Amino acid sequence: MEWLFELFHQVNYELPKFVQFLIVGLTLGSIYGLIAIGYTMVYGIIGMINFAHGDIYMIGAFQAMIVLLICGTLGISWVPLQLLLMLVVAVALTAAYGWSVERIAYRPLRGTQRLAPLISAIGMSIFLQNYVQLVQGPRPKPVEPVISGGVTVLTRADGFVAQLGYLQIVIVLLTVALMAGFTLLITRTSLGRAQRACEQDMKMASLLGVNVDRTISLTFVMGAGLAAVAGMMVTLYWGNNDFHMGFNAGIKAFTAAVLGGIGSLPGAMLGGVLIGLIEAFWSGYFTAEYKDVAAFSILVLVLIFRPTGLLGRPEVEKV
Amino acid sequence: MSAAMAAVSPAADTLLNVERLTMRFGGLIAINDVSFVAKRRQITGIIGPNGAGKTTLFNCITGFYKPTVGRLTLHGDAGHTYLLEQMDGFRIGQKARVARTFQNIRLFTGMSVLENLMVAQHNKLMLASGYTVLGLFGWPSFRRAERDARDKAVHWLEKTRLIGVADQPAGSLPYGDQRRLEIARAMCTDPIMLCLDEPAAGLNPRESADLNSLLLSIRDEFGIGLLLIEHDMSVVMGISDHIVVLDYGRKIAEGTPLDIRNDPAVIRAYLGEDGQE
Amino acid sequence: MTAVPSTSAPLVIQAAKEAAWTILVVGLLSFLMVGYQTEVLQGQQMSFVNRFGDVIWAMVLIPIGRFLLVLARGGLLLPPAVLGGIATLYLFGAAVLGLAGSPLYGQLPLPYDQPMVNAIFGVGAVFILAAAIKGQRDRRRGAQTLEMREAAEARQARIARNMSSILGPILIVLAIVIPWTPWGDRAVVDSLVLVMTYVMLGWGLNIVVGLAGLLDLGYVAFYAVGAYTYAKLSIALGFTFWESLPIAGALAALFGVLLGFPVLRLRGDYLAIVTLGFGEIIRIVLINWQSFTGGPNGLGNITRIDFFGLPFERNPAPGTESFHTFFGLEFASTHRVFFLYYVIIVLALITNFVTIRLRKMPIGRAWEALREDETACRALGINPTNTKLTAFAIGAMFAGFAGSFFAARQGFVSPESFTFIESAVILAIVVLGGMGSQVGVALAALLLIGLPEVLRDLSLYRMLVFGGVMVLIMLWRPKGLLAYREPTLLLHGRRKRNKAGVQS
Ligand SMILES: Nc1ncnc2c1ncn2[C@@H]1O[C@H](COP(=O)(O)OP(=O)(O)OP(=O)(O)O)[C@@H](O)[C@H]1O
Ligand SMILES: [Mg+2]
Repeated sequence: MEWLFELFHQVNYELPKFVQFLIVGLTLGSIYGLIAIGYTMVYGIIGMINFAHGDIYMIGAFQAMIVLLICGTLGISWVPLQLLLMLVVAVALTAAYGWSVERIAYRPLRGTQRLAPLISAIGMSIFLQNYVQLVQGPRPKPVEPVISGGVTVLTRADGFVAQLGYLQIVIVLLTVALMAGFTLLITRTSLGRAQRACEQDMKMASLLGVNVDRTISLTFVMGAGLAAVAGMMVTLYWGNNDFHMGFNAGIKAFTAAVLGGIGSLPGAMLGGVLIGLIEAFWSGYFTAEYKDVAAFSILVLVLIFRPTGLLGRPEVEKV
Repeated sequence: MSAAMAAVSPAADTLLNVERLTMRFGGLIAINDVSFVAKRRQITGIIGPNGAGKTTLFNCITGFYKPTVGRLTLHGDAGHTYLLEQMDGFRIGQKARVARTFQNIRLFTGMSVLENLMVAQHNKLMLASGYTVLGLFGWPSFRRAERDARDKAVHWLEKTRLIGVADQPAGSLPYGDQRRLEIARAMCTDPIMLCLDEPAAGLNPRESADLNSLLLSIRDEFGIGLLLIEHDMSVVMGISDHIVVLDYGRKIAEGTPLDIRNDPAVIRAYLGEDGQE
Repeated sequence: MTAVPSTSAPLVIQAAKEAAWTILVVGLLSFLMVGYQTEVLQGQQMSFVNRFGDVIWAMVLIPIGRFLLVLARGGLLLPPAVLGGIATLYLFGAAVLGLAGSPLYGQLPLPYDQPMVNAIFGVGAVFILAAAIKGQRDRRRGAQTLEMREAAEARQARIARNMSSILGPILIVLAIVIPWTPWGDRAVVDSLVLVMTYVMLGWGLNIVVGLAGLLDLGYVAFYAVGAYTYAKLSIALGFTFWESLPIAGALAALFGVLLGFPVLRLRGDYLAIVTLGFGEIIRIVLINWQSFTGGPNGLGNITRIDFFGLPFERNPAPGTESFHTFFGLEFASTHRVFFLYYVIIVLALITNFVTIRLRKMPIGRAWEALREDETACRALGINPTNTKLTAFAIGAMFAGFAGSFFAARQGFVSPESFTFIESAVILAIVVLGGMGSQVGVALAALLLIGLPEVLRDLSLYRMLVFGGVMVLIMLWRPKGLLAYREPTLLLHGRRKRNKAGVQS
């Protein structure tokens, strides 16, 4: 009995830290998941890795930040209204970026060799980063916290407190709500049907009267919109935007998409949350420096044992 | 094990022995407890309606699918036997020397016709090139092997009447030529068994007759066994020595072309239940 | 673009619609990002400066451009050509004046205060001009038939082939003599060393991507392995460049095998992310493994390249000889640069030569076959994993050689030189060059690496233009600059083949 008591004590002691890492991981994971959806949708429908997606997210973050600044000068200080404005304006304007990038750099390359859109996307990514550096300056932009405070979840004897910030609640709830709405959109509407039809067989879909160009455009628009939400969240959460912030987040989100099974929407979200958790726990218990190594290593392990990712459809090639 | 093998020792001319083969895809049983024997120097026709499991059978034999249950024994030259269901896909081509063609042609479309036939002789040439190391320095034995490989390719190009287009990209050939090229490519691997998946599909009657004589000459000159999936009855009935009929994954009949033509179960399978009346 | 309208009225309406839509999109894109330029004040406060003038100009100029472009593509010649031409001359002229610092520049009415932005609009005007000419030609020629299309493609392939066979030797000769021409000053040769390094990397990656069709986004990792191998060998054990070159190549190849073994079973794009991850892992390890790699600061004091035992030092240590003392020359810093240049040319040419040989070997044909159809390869008894692994390892080996050259050139290495963007640029060189085309890769490297060197003065715009050019080349030639494939062996010889091509 003694050892059981000991164990209980140990767990009780460790629990607050664990909970804190869990909260941080879920928050990060929500952000990664929202970006990952853009990768996974685009990959599902046209089979390309949209390398510029991370930069779309960065632009989303910048636009959200600018809306917040404008709110300040216009004297809008009621936080819910600020959030709503940020959300609506950033999503709308970032969606325009998603649309334009597809229209300019990818659509003319549809149906050519497989790597052409990839290179175009890399070029676009470089272009967008430098465009933002040019128009907004190279220095990181500090954003004052809008939502602060939180509730205490657990307290440890030595005073360590596991806190659930209000902002973290907002981020996770918003993500859940978006996911729910998005799932409805994909499963219930004609747009979702058109999208799935294009995924299966683009030529056939177009013969059956699906407007393929429009469906693909809308896919990019939706992906960019979600990335903008992620950008807004990160602006509120870290509040330190710069022009190459899209790169790291993009790679992480893409890893998440592959981990969850590329092409699968729930998979993207699951992958995002997993990557977030891995990062949080690895940084918490081991070293923050190697958190990305941990994420990539787990990706490799998963792919070796489940080559199509966690929720990806197994692809048996018919010969 | 060896005693058991000896007890059921197959006839000397058995090439492939399929025993109780079953292949499941989730709930679908694509092949259900099928057994038959394919002999050397014979053309074994495999027929059946669409979706009967013919291609799946080939995929099991050539290692693309792992059978759920069953045993596939190949009796190679010099008394070697291979249990195909336990071998990796590429080793079946490399060691057991089973070659195949595909229902939807799979050539290396960007490479030239001649190159397609050279790739087919890869393993032999790899050895001759000392796994590339000696080849890089132009080792004479490699040059010789390369020349022999080229001669073999030319031989098959002549046989399939593709010699004139040897330097064109394989993808630019007309459909019938592509089908023949795929057969030539399979033959360049020096197989002891050749599996052909609907080689006459999409051919016009004249091309189809040509194909018949090509297949017969492969059987007679090279003494290898052929497995032939075909919907075109004039081809199957005309050249098969033995026919196996599949329907919904089961073997419903087996015998000479004449037996099959008169088998009521086969007629039913092909014409539906009404066939009885 | 395909259907040529009989009258121009519907075309104008269509163009106007497009232009209206463009006004909306440009407005959305630029309203916040350009209209509100954020600035960080002291004390971490932020404010912004409005630049609505720039937004308005963009909303006027870009739609006009779009309008003219639609007209041009529809086959209407004069308005787009004339307006495009005038705009080209004006904007470029202004940009030149601006760059030259002429006082006249201040007096010209121009949309933007940055000459470079105006010049970018000038490029747009050139584009319209070109589209007008092309549209007119298409219109005169009438509807394109399939045969014409095929003939055009065949012509392009022929041009690409002839270009390669002519351009290849010319480029090599040029590369060899350039240090001795009046243009071959130190700075130029220094830039060319960089270009040649990328040519070599491009040729190395071409084995993996172009021949074997494996999408490798972490190629720079092997480059890093090579560089750090030489750095460590030189610092810790006193190896010279020539001694460590083979070790660096072998170690990089080993890394290729270690990475490749578990992941080469993965299909196409999964491989891409895993290799990307591997590249990042190597970089992170280089940054964090302070004791071994020197962390973010890297490793310095690497022995510079020597002339087969003779260092390029002004004052050789007593009792030893240096390059210039041995040959009785006046000391010059160009000696080392020129020598580096010839070393990298030789290394690159070896890469090229080996690749060309390998392509004609059974292994090379198997790579290409694998790229085309892995399933068919398996049916022919080819072991896909081993075949891919060799491509991966050989590609990695050349990156390792290039890496150790890089370290010997710089004299120091740090993780900063091995970021993802390097991998992306090398991949872009391969794809832009026309996958599998050796001369194409060299041209693309010259363009992509040489361009930023030339544009060094435009500091801020350099990478912007770089990214834009990458997109534009891809749009212009989706298959790459010189896309063609020469069979590895011919039965009838080239002449017969051409004839056969015409007949069939
Ligand atoms: N990889 C797979 N996954 C799931 N089902 C499969 C797979 N391969 C084949 N099947 C199914 O197995 C059944 C038999 O297919 P198979 O291709 O063997 O038929 P077949 O006799 O070759 O028909 P056909 O004459 O049309 O070529 C079909 O119902 C098919 O859908
Ligand atoms: Mg079939």
